[in-house]
Amino acid sequence: MRRRDFLRNTTLASGALMIPAFLKPFEAFAASDISGYKNLVIIQLSGGNDGLNTIIPFGNDIYYQKRKTIAINQPDIIKLDDMQGLNPNLSALKEIYDQGWMSIINSVGYPNPDRSHFRSMDIWQTASDSNQFLSTGWIGRYLDSNCQNCTNPYTAIEVDDTLSYAMKGAKLKGIAVQDPNKLYQTTREPFFKDLIHEHDHVNLNEDNLGYLYKTMIETYSSADYIQQTTKTYNVGCDYPQTGLGGQLKMASKFINSGLQTRVYYVSLSGFDTHVGQQNQQGRQLKIYGDAVAAFIKDLKQTGKLDDTLVMTFSEFGRRVEQNASNGTDHGTANNVMIFGGKLKKAGIYNSAPDLSQLDNGDLKYQIDFRDVYATLLDKWLNVNNSLILNRNFAGLDFV
Amino acid sequence: MNNAKNIKHLYARAGFGIRFEDLHDHEHRSVKKAVRKLFKASEKQEPITVLTENLDLRHPLTDADKAKFNEDKYKQAVDLNNAWLKQLSETDAQLREKMTLFWHNHFACICGTVYYAQQINNIQRANAFGNFKTLLLQVSQTPGMLLFLTNQQNQKAHPNENFARELMELFTLGRGHYTEQDVKESARAFTGWTYAGKNGEYAFYPRGHDDGIKTFMGQSANFCGEDIIDIIVAKKQTAIFICSKLYRFFVNDVPDMDHVNQMADVLYNANYEIKPLLEYVFTADWFYDDKNTGNLIKSPIDLLVGLNRQFYVSYQNPAILIQFQRSLGQELFHPPNVAGWPGGKSWIDSSSLMYRMKIPSTILNAGVIDFTGKANPEDEAYLAFEKKQQLNVIKKVQAQPDWDKFLKEMPSDITRQQMAEFMLEPPINSTTLNEVQNAPDIKTAVIQITSTPEYQLC
Repeated sequence: MRRRDFLRNTTLASGALMIPAFLKPFEAFAASDISGYKNLVIIQLSGGNDGLNTIIPFGNDIYYQKRKTIAINQPDIIKLDDMQGLNPNLSALKEIYDQGWMSIINSVGYPNPDRSHFRSMDIWQTASDSNQFLSTGWIGRYLDSNCQNCTNPYTAIEVDDTLSYAMKGAKLKGIAVQDPNKLYQTTREPFFKDLIHEHDHVNLNEDNLGYLYKTMIETYSSADYIQQTTKTYNVGCDYPQTGLGGQLKMASKFINSGLQTRVYYVSLSGFDTHVGQQNQQGRQLKIYGDAVAAFIKDLKQTGKLDDTLVMTFSEFGRRVEQNASNGTDHGTANNVMIFGGKLKKAGIYNSAPDLSQLDNGDLKYQIDFRDVYATLLDKWLNVNNSLILNRNFAGLDFV
Repeated sequence: MNNAKNIKHLYARAGFGIRFEDLHDHEHRSVKKAVRKLFKASEKQEPITVLTENLDLRHPLTDADKAKFNEDKYKQAVDLNNAWLKQLSETDAQLREKMTLFWHNHFACICGTVYYAQQINNIQRANAFGNFKTLLLQVSQTPGMLLFLTNQQNQKAHPNENFARELMELFTLGRGHYTEQDVKESARAFTGWTYAGKNGEYAFYPRGHDDGIKTFMGQSANFCGEDIIDIIVAKKQTAIFICSKLYRFFVNDVPDMDHVNQMADVLYNANYEIKPLLEYVFTADWFYDDKNTGNLIKSPIDLLVGLNRQFYVSYQNPAILIQFQRSLGQELFHPPNVAGWPGGKSWIDSSSLMYRMKIPSTILNAGVIDFTGKANPEDEAYLAFEKKQQLNVIKKVQAQPDWDKFLKEMPSDITRQQMAEFMLEPPINSTTLNEVQNAPDIKTAVIQITSTPEYQLC
């Protein structure tokens, strides 16, 4: 039996007799099977990262007028063109940018923006309109779309201890794996193991109890597959000793060991800089830039950069004008950063944000975030975006 | 009819699960008597009063004051969560708390000011099985909900439709039972509903109110907000919508429309009094049908509260319970959006199921955990201010179950099988039974029972 047929037949609905086979460790893929296997890595910056102090529109005087005490001084900015430049804490990304592995999309947002953290994050994670409530995430719906390679939980891995809303579909969900060893050990505790191996077949009905057993079995076999596939691979490059550095290092281990995973999800908190922004944001951006640069260089060395696309977003940007506490308040449109070895349009994708035509003191969005998602879905994950985004988005040309 | 089985089912759904001590009380009584007892125990009103300061009235100016403000706000959020979880775990009024949880999800609201969250919670508790219309009006006029659904910005000159839309879509009628025109027109009726900044109380500002003629659901008049609510509640669809949600909460994920319609008749004819409706459900034959027992997935709160109640657990550091809530995907006062937690199968993914099966043993056996869950978005300002990347992590569970009490109330001649059957709602499979019967001691057997997929159901 060909492997694909085997996988297709081994669904729980097809009969309990197949279960013992399903529990066997999946054999590691031969290297030839996985070349050209494309990965998407999503980095979420939580709290609303101030995009204007990340990719700085230094060429626009309004920036300096509105940000008397928190603007980044011209000489410190790492200039990308005569309008925009990188925050000095992102210096590690300069080399990546110069290699043509980075693309910056300005003014990404959505109509009728919501300035509440949780609501705007919800909108980004579920890819809804701002007056619509969806109970599934956009990556979850990608899993539900039943694409050829996304029937297993490990099709989408969040390197964390819990699963974000973005990763939950109606039928299928991704899996949270902070550490494959830990997950493996947890599922191999004797009592769990017995329940999995010796449960009555009647437990695999379509009802809620069947769903619990099915999830347990999938977790058990996924834990095994992830552990077996990744245990011998050691990441060869140095990563910074930070939370995000560790997460991306783990993602590198997963990608390079040939895990059949399409989407990785990681996040970094601490961007809600209402007070004393410069130091706090600077610290977070340094963590971000150093970790991403290490990751991209690592993937380049292992030959995986061409098969990997990284997208960074935050739930919103911040107001153009600073507040009285040397910080910034919740805003709207923001920049999205894309990294990869095969970008169609590297560098600055579209014009810098317009600081003069504001909506109530906030940036007007130029690009709907779902056009960014649509591009990733259509051109990278090979699934029609309208199946996931509920209507068709034209998409962009960065890849 | 197996009476003990029915009483157990009643407690699993109308409360947070039965204890051995309850069984002594009810075993030989009728379902009717047990229902009466549940309502009786829930007669008392126990508002949560842990928060005494409305931080909305504090206006910090200096950086030091702002730092203190953020810290106090964070602490209030922890205190409120702990206070409600403690009440859920210890009160005799479990039906009232269960219904408060239902309304907490029905009127899902995130309050930046924690004091307002406490206020809404107390309104939901006070009206838990009172009159739906009264509850709807009171919740709608809290500063928390007015802020959350941006009715502060709903003014005559520039109406904001947020509240009007959610009122119909999520609180009363459901999608497809109103038009965009109804949203527009009713939003005008709610203009001027606001609250006073100086005392944080509901206020009606006549100057912001649009007193022109509105045409809403086929009627035209100078409607005010209360009139709109009257018209909506007069629609039978509101009763049907509420009853189908209650059916999913108490009976089955898949609504049986015959039963839902019976319920809607009861609710509508009782002028939206909730108590007669609940009495009707809990005494209906179909409520005790096999297909309606042992098949609902416990919410994370049901699971944690059920454990706390069954084993009389006290916590040295109750903040661990917030960490559990986050890891399991349901943090009180932080629903994912205004539509609430979707519930059912959506509670379960690979990691949440593993934690669900692991948490009982860590609570009952002084365990150590290595998962934290995610900070909620409202914590971000606090994190940024404190220059942290993540919240403090608690690793030692430090819980004290009262094993003596638990074991003392267990009938002395009980077999392991009977014990498992008592603690689990679905039928027990042979593997679990085998494990339980071969466990070296009774505590191990009990912990194994609570660590099964079956224990996730009620």
